[in-house]
Amino acid sequence: MAKRVAIVGTGQTFHKSHRPDVNGQELINEAVQRALADTNLTMKDIDVVLIGNMDHFEGINYVDCWSVDGSGGVMKPVIKLTTGGTTGASLAIGGYHMVGSGMFEKALIIGWEKNSESDTTGAITTAFDPIWDRQVFAGAISGLAAEAQAYMARYGASDRDGARVSVRDRKHAMNNPHAQLRKEVILEDVLASPMLADPIHLLDVCPRTDGACAVIMVSEDVAGKICSKPDWIWGTAARHSYAYLSDASFGRLTSMEKCAKEIFKKAGIKESRKEIDVIELYQPYSFAGLIWIEDMGIIGHGEAPQYVWDGNTDMGGELPINPSGGVISCNPIGATGLIRCAEAALQVMGKAEARQVPDVNFAVSTGFGGCFWTDMLLHGKNKPN
Amino acid sequence: MDRAAIIGVGMTKIEANKNRETFADMAWEAVNKALNDAGMSIDDIDNVITTSSDFWDGRTISCMAVGDAAGAADKNTSCVEGDGTYGAFYGYVRTLSGSYKTTLVVGHSKGSQCISSLITNAAFDPIYERVLGLDMITACAMQANAYLNRTGLKPEHMAMVSVKNHRNALKNPMSQLPMNITVEDVLKSEMIADPLRKLDCSPVSDGCCAIVIAHESVASKFRQKPVWIRGLSFCTDSFFFGDRDLSRSNSLVEAAKAAYKMAGIEDPKMEIDVVELYDAFSYQELLWLEEMGMTAYGNAARLLEKGEFDMEGPLPVNPSGGLLAGHPVIAAGLYRIAEVVMQLRGDAGEHQVKKAGTGLAHGVNGLCGQSHCVWILDKER
Repeated sequence: MAKRVAIVGTGQTFHKSHRPDVNGQELINEAVQRALADTNLTMKDIDVVLIGNMDHFEGINYVDCWSVDGSGGVMKPVIKLTTGGTTGASLAIGGYHMVGSGMFEKALIIGWEKNSESDTTGAITTAFDPIWDRQVFAGAISGLAAEAQAYMARYGASDRDGARVSVRDRKHAMNNPHAQLRKEVILEDVLASPMLADPIHLLDVCPRTDGACAVIMVSEDVAGKICSKPDWIWGTAARHSYAYLSDASFGRLTSMEKCAKEIFKKAGIKESRKEIDVIELYQPYSFAGLIWIEDMGIIGHGEAPQYVWDGNTDMGGELPINPSGGVISCNPIGATGLIRCAEAALQVMGKAEARQVPDVNFAVSTGFGGCFWTDMLLHGKNKPN
Repeated sequence: MDRAAIIGVGMTKIEANKNRETFADMAWEAVNKALNDAGMSIDDIDNVITTSSDFWDGRTISCMAVGDAAGAADKNTSCVEGDGTYGAFYGYVRTLSGSYKTTLVVGHSKGSQCISSLITNAAFDPIYERVLGLDMITACAMQANAYLNRTGLKPEHMAMVSVKNHRNALKNPMSQLPMNITVEDVLKSEMIADPLRKLDCSPVSDGCCAIVIAHESVASKFRQKPVWIRGLSFCTDSFFFGDRDLSRSNSLVEAAKAAYKMAGIEDPKMEIDVVELYDAFSYQELLWLEEMGMTAYGNAARLLEKGEFDMEGPLPVNPSGGLLAGHPVIAAGLYRIAEVVMQLRGDAGEHQVKKAGTGLAHGVNGLCGQSHCVWILDKER
């Protein structure tokens, strides 16, 4: 029989644009030690290690094998998952299945990236078809700008609406000691920051970060013994299709819509806006904080700007989004999706300190990457049926 | 724990250069063959795991190039980076975690587009090791020397593996290098990295393999006879060679032990009928057989010489011809699983072994077998 799975501990590194004080293994180890300390477990207790990043950022092949001195994986099963920006969330989903199968009791899940060693856009460009896409559609930001433009054209949104999301997340980051960028900004700061790809300004987008995150997932048989208030995983979903970019339908994130419908249906959530208490959204730029919550079904198409302007997604609002400050405050890419998962877990466990949302019953964490892909996890206070 | 079975396999022919086919073309072929083999349509598949490597594919997010062709477009999906046996392992746990009943696993590689030396050099420590010029071949040459030195064996013993596997490949229509060669031929072939000669090394290959894993509740619902997954495990050793004894492989010992334990196997040599293992280099077949407990350390060559690992022997090893006859890097372990499945079903055609009730498939990740994955498959539930 399949086992129910819970997160019992998390660990994040000190995040910074450049961590010359540590190499990759040491960075990984920093997160692992913190997750172990959080659970009072030692490496001896860990049955399987899942690790991921994006190879071409650091230029290290077989990272699962290379990283064992940092991950603690020597003479243990170590497996690598890599799905681009979604990697961290894909790892969390991987841990869920490893434990849920009954094959392993305790899984250590590690996402990491040392972006300071990378040519990020140079590497991301090679994800696309070498003949048809690569020459015309470089890196991550151009696709996002196309999405934002399509949304603005369709629903009459403005760059001020995007900037409002940025102001929110950057304010939230003030409460999170793990965020890389902790500087409050006002709307005018965002709009006056350099234009990168119309309508995206510098302060609308994520930084590049050195950092790692580790999460410990365990089976229902031991969750209660390790943690008095574990974060139960209620469901996972992922959609990764690839349209040639010229065929893509920009302006709607269909992968998000499909994941949300699948997960909410499985969990019996009918009114997501009322039943979900907090979202950690993999939101690499501000406009995604509008478009994608519509696709998640939180609010109707075209209604997100008003919903956000009314403060509903701020701390203290109806449905706080990114209490951690989100991806635009901190983005070690291979870890970013796992940080969303860890932050959602902290919220459910009541351990989010200054960024805690009160009384969280259900939390959602997501990953974004690839070619407009979504990974999603539903976290809950109660053990799923 | 619930059980799972492999209910369909499909593979492309392994070739030196499929220059008319993209990654997606190869995946399309292997996946459709696996679905046909299982008697399924893509609608019967609940989720898809691709196995790919950004380094070997020369693409970031390399799974993007094969996902749609593998039928993942509107399904739950993920990607394992590493050998196909690890991708299949993840497919196995996803089949048992209560979320999905059927999992399609696909692994592809086009060695023809790769500069293997640069790609495997990037697996070494960037500061201390890469500048030494180490790559997979030179590293494995060190391991071969360590093994020969420790066991007192000679290059002609390694050569016998190459002779056997290339000969076996003569009967496998999917293999790239079927050859009738002698030990003399191997010993006279070009020296690549002492003691490894050209015919001790697996070739550069293109290929794609796919398998379908099903939960026990649906395993018999489709046309194909299920082959049951009885035991499986993987284990990773230390990274730095200085932290390992290169002439041995502790992680294979542990992975095999755990897989045997799960399968309830006490005497692997007696209870396993056929082995498909990861012979990227000739010496590896001997070392891996010993470390997986098929014979005492240093003794495999003697048994090989007696014909015990031949197609007609008591324990046929690599009846397909193994990696020495075709090595599409990331897909190679998945080919091993698919080959064992066909043997256990009695569908291996001309390279069918006589008695095949229980089989072992084996995959490797990293340098000189740092990580091993062992599968025990069985005809009976």
